[in-house]
Amino acid sequence: MLQIECPWCGPHDETEYHYGGQAHVAYPEDPEALSDEEWAEYLFYRDNPKGPFAERWVHSTGCRRWFNVVRDTVTYEVLAVYTGARPEVASAGGDR
Amino acid sequence: MTAQSPQRSVPGEHPEWLWGEPDPKRSYDAIVIGGGGHGLATAYYLAKNHGLTNIAILEKGWLAGGNMARNTTIIRSNYLWDESAAIYEHALQLWEQLPAELDYDFLFSQRGVLNLAHSLQDVRDSVRRVEANRLNGVDAEFLTPEEVAKICPIVNISPDVRYPVLGATFQPRAGIAKHDHVAWAFARACDAMGVDIIQNCEVTGFVKDGDRVTGVETTRGRILSDTVGMVAAGHSSVLAQKAGVRLPVQSHPLQALVSELYEPVHPTVVMSNYVHVYVSQAHKGELVMGAGVDQYNGYGQRGSFHVIEHQMAAALELFPIFSRAHLLRTWGGIVDVCPDASPIIGATPVEGLYVNAGWGTGGFKATPAAGWVMAHAMATGEAHELGAPFGLERFSTGHLIDEHGAAGVAH
Repeated sequence: MLQIECPWCGPHDETEYHYGGQAHVAYPEDPEALSDEEWAEYLFYRDNPKGPFAERWVHSTGCRRWFNVVRDTVTYEVLAVYTGARPEVASAGGDR
Repeated sequence: MTAQSPQRSVPGEHPEWLWGEPDPKRSYDAIVIGGGGHGLATAYYLAKNHGLTNIAILEKGWLAGGNMARNTTIIRSNYLWDESAAIYEHALQLWEQLPAELDYDFLFSQRGVLNLAHSLQDVRDSVRRVEANRLNGVDAEFLTPEEVAKICPIVNISPDVRYPVLGATFQPRAGIAKHDHVAWAFARACDAMGVDIIQNCEVTGFVKDGDRVTGVETTRGRILSDTVGMVAAGHSSVLAQKAGVRLPVQSHPLQALVSELYEPVHPTVVMSNYVHVYVSQAHKGELVMGAGVDQYNGYGQRGSFHVIEHQMAAALELFPIFSRAHLLRTWGGIVDVCPDASPIIGATPVEGLYVNAGWGTGGFKATPAAGWVMAHAMATGEAHELGAPFGLERFSTGHLIDEHGAAGVAH
């Protein structure tokens, strides 16, 4: 089981959290201008790297707030916990 | 201890080598990337149905060492939607022929599958699925709890449990098979038809001429082919990315486990989506159980223990007799899950490059049909009628095939 450090509540077991998939997927700025392919990209296509991945988690049984985690999808090591912009640590390593 | 009898009905030992170990040629008429069940079936039907025998399977590890060795071997076709029922039922009919066709008894056992219902909504959905199955020619019936107990006496049908059994769907023609032997049977047949099965050969990149694929770069050198099929399961998006193709799949760890060997106590296959467990008893005697996926993306071929714990709790409530059973081992595989819990089969934006992916938690049962349909696409350049609904374009047309309900594993 992962231990994840909520930015507000501190470290807690993974079972207290729910997963939200890839972080930093912004709602389209001009939705009416999107083609079907662009809508598909927004709705259904997400990065799926083997290596560091910026993803969203919510502390469901705690403060119920969302935040971002950079986690290695092979070692499952949590590399960073943050809100706002993705920190530098996240981009090291890349896909393996 | 006495020596094992050669007459024993359950294959235990690895048989003599059933396929060769060729070096890769410079070029092939077609290349299948991935030597798991689906890759082997694809090569088998490329050779058998389409006469393409100058072909190779490139496997980065060893043959059938990924999800083909890690699944819970359940075979059924009782999916809800027409498109799914068609392809899974085609698979089931192929399973029924394959032991004779491949001349290999891989212990395909049509012992039936029960899908339990635990709530009023579950019952309604189940009855609906039974009716849909019947309309599609898939054998299905809805059983009362008492009828469930007749088929599988160890299921606890007491109303005094947290999630009582209110009924179940039953597909009598469903069952299990010995997954390793399925792979070996396909591999032997492929080898006999001249297919090169090349292990320890990882694809590291693609050779392209504009928008057309002309070969692959591998750890054993460049191999040319104008027709390449990607059949890489959990690593599909990592592989496709090397060709500049993006797939709408997310990879998750999926765990399973076995108990020690026991006398036969479980005559069928029982699945429960609601409390989330699925159980059968292998021919040798192990209770084989599948868990749910871990919620996060992962490639680590292992999952969290709390997922196992949750599943054991469900198993114990449904099967009180399991309380004394000892867990022997657990393992994980990586499954590539599509947003609609249905697979992707067919062409990619790169000409000559095809993909079979996104089977998520339920690929084993589809092995022969996935190979059949993928081989058709690779050999003819056209989608097979059973594969056409599962093209990548469905994500932009909106014609999704939402099988979260029938796919059996909570995603």
